Amino acid sequence: MKPKQQRLILAGLAIIAIIGAGLLASVAMRQQAAYFYSPSEARAAHIAPGTAARLGGMVERGSVRRNADGVTIDFMLTDGRATVPVRYQGIVPDLFGEGQGAVADGHFDASGRFVADRILAKHDENYMPPQMGQMPVDNGGDTLVNDGATREGQN
Amino acid sequence: MHRFANPQRFLSIARPLTPWLVGLGILLVLAGGYAGLFITPPDARQGDSARILYVHVPAAWLGMAGWGSISIAALMQLVWRHPLAGLAARAAAMPGALFTAICLATGSIWGRPTWGTWWEWDGRLTSMLVLLFLYLGFIAFTNMDGDKGAISRPAAIYALVGAVNLPIINRSVVWWNSLHQPSSITIGKSAIAPELLWPLGLTFLGFSMLFAAIVLMRMRRFLADARNNARLRRMATEF
Repeated sequence: MKPKQQRLILAGLAIIAIIGAGLLASVAMRQQAAYFYSPSEARAAHIAPGTAARLGGMVERGSVRRNADGVTIDFMLTDGRATVPVRYQGIVPDLFGEGQGAVADGHFDASGRFVADRILAKHDENYMPPQMGQMPVDNGGDTLVNDGATREGQN
Repeated sequence: MHRFANPQRFLSIARPLTPWLVGLGILLVLAGGYAGLFITPPDARQGDSARILYVHVPAAWLGMAGWGSISIAALMQLVWRHPLAGLAARAAAMPGALFTAICLATGSIWGRPTWGTWWEWDGRLTSMLVLLFLYLGFIAFTNMDGDKGAISRPAAIYALVGAVNLPIINRSVVWWNSLHQPSSITIGKSAIAPELLWPLGLTFLGFSMLFAAIVLMRMRRFLADARNNARLRRMATEF
């Protein structure tokens, strides 16, 4: 066997071993490397009240309630299998809205409600012009956010 | 591949190719940038901030493609002892790091109005930051090798090991719950509406050409340096 072929086989084996190790590590880190719990994962994980956690999912349509004080909102985060009530006091990002993804940073209280200190909006992979955006992704009527059309109107 | 092992033959191709790549690349980037800023409609939900994708996506691609080429070049040097492979790996490190940094910066600027945060330790963002650190490590590594054409064997192995990060970056949004959205463009289909998509093709191609031009220019510079140093050494022994 020529040294060139020996080196090729050696390098090939090393690369396979490295990639294998990387894949195994990634799979093992599936939970630890996740940025947030989905509502069903959070339920399964039995997170103790008061423990810092991050919860992510879709804001359920029709679930956003603005309280009388004007700064506290309640809504439901869902992943289709489980739904968690969330309370947040503060200003939400522009892209926060019903039927859209959101991530809440905070903790569970004793009653099973998630109390968020911070809300992040998630954007999905879809990009479309405003007029198209109205049709398939209807924001469920009364949203908290401006959609593209009203934003344009303001400009 | 060894047809290009001769530096003279490589130069005879690289020299005339460089100005074409630079010229066309700048033209395409300007055209795509203009179209992306003034011609395409804003995104339905993000408004005008979505326009940053015409820089962000090519930068992400080149950051990853740069490391891909570095690890292929490292393999070619380790296995086939290709004389120009080390030069190519070294030449691709700087622009690769640059585009990775551009990707991180544009993503952060977009993240503030969209997500409501400049930075989060999410799988995609973190693995991309690791890629930037890999580049910086590789640059430091190869700077120690002096002006020899080849990179050192540890640097080549480092380049190969670092390639593990590429599938992790790509899959990070699939394997783990992440703040970053999944890929908009997968083989054969795009979640970006055609009206918004087409300038991306221009900037994608344009930035890629500029990347290639930078790599070729840097390789030519390294070759010239090596020749210069050899000449100086020869002169020093003659006197």
